[in-house]
Amino acid sequence: MAAVRRGVQGTRRLKLQVFRIIVFVAAGLFFLVPIGAMVEFSTRGVGDQPRTLAAWQSIGTYPDLVAAITASLELAAITTIAMLVLLVPTMVWVRLKLPRLNPIIEFICLLPLTIPAIVLVVGLFPIYNWMGTNFSDSILTLSIAYVVLVLPYDYRSLEAGLAAIDVKTLTEAARSLGAGWFTVMWRIIVPNISSAILNSAFLSVALVLGEYTIANNLLYNNLQVEIAMLGRANAGVSIAVAVASLLFAFGVLVLLSFFNRGRGRLQLVELQQVMRTERG
Amino acid sequence: MPERTGVEVRLENLQRRYGAVVALDDLSLTIAPGELVALLGPSGCGKTTALRLLAGLEDADGGRVVIGGEDVTGLPANRRNIGMVFQAYSLFPHMVAWENVAFGLQMRGVGLAERKKRAIDVLELVGLSRFANRYASQMSGGQQQRVALARALAISPQVLLLDEPLSALDAKVRSRLRDEIRRIQLEVGITTLFVTHDQEEALAIADRVGVMQSGRLEQLGPPMTVYSRPATPFVADFVGLTNRIQGTVSRGSVDVRGATIPLVDSSVPDGPATALVRPEAVSLVGNGEAQEGPLIGTVIAVAFLGATSRVTVDLGDITVLAQLPTSAAAEHPAGTRVKLALRPDPVLVDSHN
Ligand SMILES: Nc1ncnc2c1ncn2[C@@H]1O[C@H](COP(=O)(O)OP(=O)(O)OP(=O)(O)O)[C@@H](O)[C@H]1O
Ligand SMILES: [Mg+2]
Repeated sequence: MAAVRRGVQGTRRLKLQVFRIIVFVAAGLFFLVPIGAMVEFSTRGVGDQPRTLAAWQSIGTYPDLVAAITASLELAAITTIAMLVLLVPTMVWVRLKLPRLNPIIEFICLLPLTIPAIVLVVGLFPIYNWMGTNFSDSILTLSIAYVVLVLPYDYRSLEAGLAAIDVKTLTEAARSLGAGWFTVMWRIIVPNISSAILNSAFLSVALVLGEYTIANNLLYNNLQVEIAMLGRANAGVSIAVAVASLLFAFGVLVLLSFFNRGRGRLQLVELQQVMRTERG
Repeated sequence: MPERTGVEVRLENLQRRYGAVVALDDLSLTIAPGELVALLGPSGCGKTTALRLLAGLEDADGGRVVIGGEDVTGLPANRRNIGMVFQAYSLFPHMVAWENVAFGLQMRGVGLAERKKRAIDVLELVGLSRFANRYASQMSGGQQQRVALARALAISPQVLLLDEPLSALDAKVRSRLRDEIRRIQLEVGITTLFVTHDQEEALAIADRVGVMQSGRLEQLGPPMTVYSRPATPFVADFVGLTNRIQGTVSRGSVDVRGATIPLVDSSVPDGPATALVRPEAVSLVGNGEAQEGPLIGTVIAVAFLGATSRVTVDLGDITVLAQLPTSAAAEHPAGTRVKLALRPDPVLVDSHN
């Protein structure tokens, strides 16, 4: 009997394994074929000439492109940090003190998901017009719009992280041991939702690096806008940059899954250790 | 090791309401230095609220909290020197046991070497020093609660608060840990408020038991007194099992189905009333075959509790519980007819049925 059961289980495990491989290969092809085609295209020689990395090498020679890359990276960093600073304490506070407001906060945070970017632009245009004349017309002001854009995704991720721990009891335990609010947040909450924080940071970075509609319509040249413009003049370089930005996002993802691998709670500690050893 | 820190704790006329719900209704309670008071009461009676007001985790609508002569009513939780053990597992998941225990010391600016040493000392006190490097996820529920106790004690608090710390544990761990908490509390000599809805736990561990109902203290006294001389019918009902038997009060005693029992409170007016009779005051005095009478009935169930057994007897109009030695109960299996006797211990009556 037991042997038969083990046999059945073995077959099932084998089927699962095969299914996994099929899914993995299919998904891999789905992602890799277009990227491979892009790489192929961006390394094509002119006419009959052999393959060349000229397009890739010339990325650095377009000052507008370099500026756009820099701006997009800065935007990603500012948006991520602003969003975390805004969202984490708010969500914790609402959980602790105003649990009845939770549905409202959730509704507000998820609202941007239902509004197409192009509609958002209509609303943002007069605001940016006003800001441009009265405050600053730097491309970095885009991060305000981007915080709204990433809000639903980051809210979901952080919500899952906070739901996995008993925020109220942990907070009260820390408070009764003498911790102030800042200490509670930084020493107790953040280390225990570090995986959710990393996830939402990645989502923000990926969203900001891939954002086109808002920047284009508000007349800012971020990475994607610049790639599109360049595509008209020099398709090879444009595609090379697109591949590079994809690879960058992929790199961030791999880094994240690396930090995620250990026991859920130790990640921040590990991260600190990794950074310490890298520095030392 | 925490030094003896017993101070007096006074809750004065504490009020707290949540919307229409009155969680605490003018609660006053004084705990003597080094005393362990257990708050007992049904779910929702305000035990946790009382504890949280004392800890500063919740603000009072009225009244004062005085610890060691100092009014701390307006002080936030992190500035009161109070150790607390929660019902839910509350160890910080990203810290190992000794780091958890040392957290409060770190908040007080104690250096690393010193706080590690003291954390290990307190873990020793709860018998868990060999688990110092374990995470909460690597410990059993009982171990986690012991570490939580160590963490609360490590800061040498003036008061120790425990909110049903054992309710998530199984019966055996529970009674062992309960005795251990008492041992440590006596050893450290710390003023302690212990909340529970388990009457056995309260009676076993406390110097005094406070029975609460609807945000008020119904009775506060030593376990023996609360059990054998309940101040109100509610206390009698809640602490221990009670038979409610109809009777008639006349001149300081109550006549219950032919038996005359003295009253705790002889000022009760004459007339019909419900007598509250403990199961252990009911005994089986022999065979009731072929007899009729107000105290003769049929055994319908026998619950074996160890040294004693609880026998349920159907008297026709009511059922009565009797608690007696198992050897005596064995003579009266279910289905036999028995005659009951009521011991003339003073009883409480509920005259407004
Ligand atoms: N944050 C809150 N919001 C609204 N009502 C509350 C809140 N906390 C407590 N209450 C109400 O106050 C009353 C007392 O609650 P409390 O938690 O003190 O009861 P308890 O005696 O500890 O009960 P239990 O044995 O179930 O833990 C209850 O009716 C409860 O519903
Ligand atoms: Mg409670």
